[in-house]
Amino acid sequence: MSSPILKLIAQRIALGIVLLLAVSVLIFAGTQILPGDVAQAILGQSATPESLANLREQLGLNDPAYIRYFHWLGGVLTGDLGTAMSSGQDIATSIKGRLWNTLFLAFWAAIVAVPLAIILGLIAVRYRNGWVDKLISGLALASTSFPEFFIGYVLVYFFAVKWQIFPGISTVYEGMPFLERMQAIALPATALTLVVLAHMMRMTRAAILNVMQSAYVETAELKGLSAFNVIRKHAFPNAIAPIINVVMLNLAYLIVGVVVVEVIFVYPGMGQYLVDHVTKRDVPVVQAVGLIFAAVYISLNIIADIAAIVANPRLRHPK
Amino acid sequence: MAETKPKPGQPKTGVLLDIRNLRIEATVYPPGEAPKNIVLVHDVSLTLQQGKVLGLIGESGAGKSTIGLSSMGYGRGGVRITGGEVILNGRDILKGGKDGFRKLRGREVCYVAQSAAAAFNPAHKLMDQVVEATLLHGTATRAEAEKRAVALFKKLSLPNPETIGERFPHQVSGGQLQRVMTAMALCSEPDLIVFDEPTTALDVTTQIDVLAAIKDAIRDTHVAALYITHDLAVVAQVSDEIMVLRHGRLVEWGGTRQIIKEPRQEYTNALVSVHEIEHAEQNPGTTPFLSVKNVTAAYGRSHIKVLKNVSVDIYPGQTLAVVGESGSGKSTLARAITGLLPPEQGTVTFDGRPLANRLADRPKEDLRQLQMIYQMADVAMNPRQTVGTIIGRPLEFYFGIRGRERDTRVAELLDKIEMGKGFSDRYPAELSGGQKQRVCIARSLAAKPKLIICDEVTSALDPLVAHGILKLLLDLQKEENVAYLFITHDLATVKSIADSIAVMYRGEVVRYGPKSKVLTPPFDAYTDLLLSSVPEMEIGWLEKAIKGRRMASAGN
Repeated sequence: MSSPILKLIAQRIALGIVLLLAVSVLIFAGTQILPGDVAQAILGQSATPESLANLREQLGLNDPAYIRYFHWLGGVLTGDLGTAMSSGQDIATSIKGRLWNTLFLAFWAAIVAVPLAIILGLIAVRYRNGWVDKLISGLALASTSFPEFFIGYVLVYFFAVKWQIFPGISTVYEGMPFLERMQAIALPATALTLVVLAHMMRMTRAAILNVMQSAYVETAELKGLSAFNVIRKHAFPNAIAPIINVVMLNLAYLIVGVVVVEVIFVYPGMGQYLVDHVTKRDVPVVQAVGLIFAAVYISLNIIADIAAIVANPRLRHPK
Repeated sequence: MAETKPKPGQPKTGVLLDIRNLRIEATVYPPGEAPKNIVLVHDVSLTLQQGKVLGLIGESGAGKSTIGLSSMGYGRGGVRITGGEVILNGRDILKGGKDGFRKLRGREVCYVAQSAAAAFNPAHKLMDQVVEATLLHGTATRAEAEKRAVALFKKLSLPNPETIGERFPHQVSGGQLQRVMTAMALCSEPDLIVFDEPTTALDVTTQIDVLAAIKDAIRDTHVAALYITHDLAVVAQVSDEIMVLRHGRLVEWGGTRQIIKEPRQEYTNALVSVHEIEHAEQNPGTTPFLSVKNVTAAYGRSHIKVLKNVSVDIYPGQTLAVVGESGSGKSTLARAITGLLPPEQGTVTFDGRPLANRLADRPKEDLRQLQMIYQMADVAMNPRQTVGTIIGRPLEFYFGIRGRERDTRVAELLDKIEMGKGFSDRYPAELSGGQKQRVCIARSLAAKPKLIICDEVTSALDPLVAHGILKLLLDLQKEENVAYLFITHDLATVKSIADSIAVMYRGEVVRYGPKSKVLTPPFDAYTDLLLSSVPEMEIGWLEKAIKGRRMASAGN
């Protein structure tokens, strides 16, 4: 590791932090613009003006917005996400278990989807424009084109209702044995895999095909390498940066975009938590979840940037 | 084949490669027409003895690379071998199928590409790539192969032969990469190497070193070679025999001495004598119309100055040639003059008044007076505009000429560049390389400029076509009294077109004056190196030139 690379990485991380702060301002401002009064929402229509004023005082709602923002941000930075209005529970505590559940689901979906997408992409390039390529592209595109809820219900219909292999409702609880847990998430993980597969596969295919025009690919062919080894050893390493980018975007989607899938399978993750509290107009929860989603999204993109920097031999080994 | 292989170091004898009635076709897809078959190589036959070098020479489209690659059973982008036999080491390789090709590629026949910088994989270390074919075919263990590679690096006089393999392609200069690629081809101890224009992309001063290294390596390893190039002077240095090709047909095949001294075919004769244009030097007038004074420039906020205190003058209707190797600042000088790169210090005066440094600050009239022609004519034109639109654009933009008057002017200009009116409706893709460059010349002339900056305008063209372009430029200069700033690395071109010459080296003008003075001894060390590095069509020139050099080239 040399200094130009460290400098670039430090720049990316600093940029990410600035971006996250900007997002937190937007989230805060967004929830302030919403009509309605928090104190009124908590106490209900029948509250007396005195109790409303007291609660406003208590919640600090009479302070200017920027003071409330820094108050909120300070809390977030020290791990205090506030209290949910609807239930009065501490948000950080309730989120912890759910975030873990969401990450668990996303992790296993990714473990299947990412290698599968890349291998399918490599195979598609190997047999490019042939029937194998067309079949892979066709199936992948079809699975992406169907809406998530449709895929989810089709899976439930066959695997849960008709064949009864996997449960249709993915209930998980703390202390659940690993295998049972895996069985519970099998269907939502499959649905997520099918949703993100095509995008990564198509990008892998396109990125490698782009590199296949290079003179060094011809050099490899003229050394007598087999077609698949040419792709694996010579084309793939040079196509890695765009592939990592699209993989990270899809990983972010697996965590941030699971809302619909979690609701279908009644999976106790972040998405379901968010949807529940949006319907209850529970602003502090929406803020907290939004901020966490933004943090996940930004960090994964930073990782993609850093991976692309590290994958570039020109930056890794300067002159 | 393995049983006939004699011990290393002992030259083999007999016929290595026998190509009989080779026919190669490709399918082309012209826009708006049905796909059609074209024949790239028409029944060409050749034989190559073990350990001999055959030069394949011709213009682009002559089929030289296609023939060379056919010895490995390889066709670029849908090119198909449709007839004939390619007999290598006694068997017809075309009958071996895909597996047969894979077994011979990288083992019996290796390939050295034109641009090693593009032909090496940027993601892998040089050593891994050099020994890859040897390991793949299992002819040596990794340790043996690496030892062999280091020995070859030494033989090709690469710096730090023990450690250069640990480097990545981008950490090594172009000339060195070309030698590493030669080592890569030699590493699996093949019987035949196909050299495809291995020095064409290099500076003359670097070319000579690489050429000498390749020649020594061929001699010491007794490998046979097909040496493909368009430069007869280069091929004369390394080949035992030369084959001249044109439009995929054999023109002439003979010993090197016979081809360059006693060519029997008219076309070969034209190739041999291509560079000679007599251009009498004009005396510089009293006042230059454009003066570059003490210009210093750098890209971005870099501390590295690309131009250092450069001063040159250009006189009306005359040609100033700027020569030097890549990175010497020639094109940067053009960018400074046109305002694309505002100089940090110094001024450019035009007609006695200073020009604004930045392009954006210059009035339209100043822009009109300075026009440019580029090396790559095909990317300098909008592929979706017709020739008429391309040439007519400056007429509209600078003079507001439209409609029928514009069409008449376009026809006149097409006439000037010796192309008929019929070309007006054609698209750039339908033109040949030389015709494209002519259209670019017409476009710059349409603005009626005082100065045209020609940036390597003939470098991408075949010698005979380049010759035509140079003649055209000289004729136009007489008719239109336009001055040229002619940027080139090719000294032969300089001799035919320049009135005065500026030699640039690492951002500085090291020699400047009228052509006759600059090209007359005594020379400074760099000009001497540059002049002595230009290949001459003389057997034994390479050894003589290497011996007589006073300074080593910078970029090798």
